[in-house]
Amino acid sequence: MDGMFNENFILGCSAIGAGLAVIAGIGPGVGQGIAAGHAAAAVGRNPGAKGDVTSTMLLGQAVAETTGLYGLLIAMLLLFVKPLMP
Amino acid sequence: MGTGMLLSSEDLGFMIEGIFSFQIGDHTLWITTSHICTLIVLLTLIIFSFFAKGAIKKGADVPGVFQNIVELIVELLDKMVSSTMGWSAYKFRNYIGTIFIFILFSNISGLFGLRPPTADYGVTFPLGVLTFTLITVCKFKYQKPIGVLKGLCDPWPFWLPINLIGDFAVPISLSLRLFANVLSGTVMMALVYGLLKVVAYAWPAVLHVYFDMFSGAIQTYVFCMLTMTYISDAVGDEVKA
Repeated sequence: MDGMFNENFILGCSAIGAGLAVIAGIGPGVGQGIAAGHAAAAVGRNPGAKGDVTSTMLLGQAVAETTGLYGLLIAMLLLFVKPLMP
Repeated sequence: MGTGMLLSSEDLGFMIEGIFSFQIGDHTLWITTSHICTLIVLLTLIIFSFFAKGAIKKGADVPGVFQNIVELIVELLDKMVSSTMGWSAYKFRNYIGTIFIFILFSNISGLFGLRPPTADYGVTFPLGVLTFTLITVCKFKYQKPIGVLKGLCDPWPFWLPINLIGDFAVPISLSLRLFANVLSGTVMMALVYGLLKVVAYAWPAVLHVYFDMFSGAIQTYVFCMLTMTYISDAVGDEVKA
């Protein structure tokens, strides 16, 4: 049993886990795209409010990005800190 | 290995490295690259503010280049704060301006070959805690303890634990957002330089513009914007007394 779960096995599984964790980036990508699309529509309807629309969009996008960043953090922890290593 | 978050002994450019250590009792304290880079950023800002103070004190009728720049910065920050915070802006101008300039310089310091201090969770978390303290103090000062309790039991009293978690998530999400953004930029630049070696010649400048300047400026703006929104939420729209 001990021979099966050696360090290389854990390292490989950590790399696979890191890859899976970064899939979290799909959500923020879709969300930011939707926000940018609606902002473009808003500017088209009311070009005078371009500054306000842009800053609101950037703020919302940055908040939406957080979930993706959590996935990225997990991936980095798995790859560089290696918490699963004995 | 395992001395702390991202403080391992690998040779990959973007890690926090210990410069030297000293013993206090049976604890080992490390002075790391984050300390040094924070100090460099702070020294730059202190020297800048020293000259800025001199220029403003002299206050020529026809302002010179430097005085113009300083006035421009202050006016921009003032406009940003007062457009978001309304009547309470005059109280928080100094705080917001200070953290804005500090975070901006920290993020941009990657351009000058430093490891950005904000890519260390030990730097961003205190910033988040500072904001959280300010929010809590403002809540107790302007809404009175009764108002705070009412806010916590907002729709129904049994909502209290969820509201509490929501309150305590604020500093964590604020600091993690800044940290992860700057760290991802730093890691990607280190990978470009470290893995491509000779091929990484001149063109990474474009990446620097994106990761250090654009992303850094956006994250600074977002951090300050969220801080202002939370604080003006806590202060409420009470008329100026």
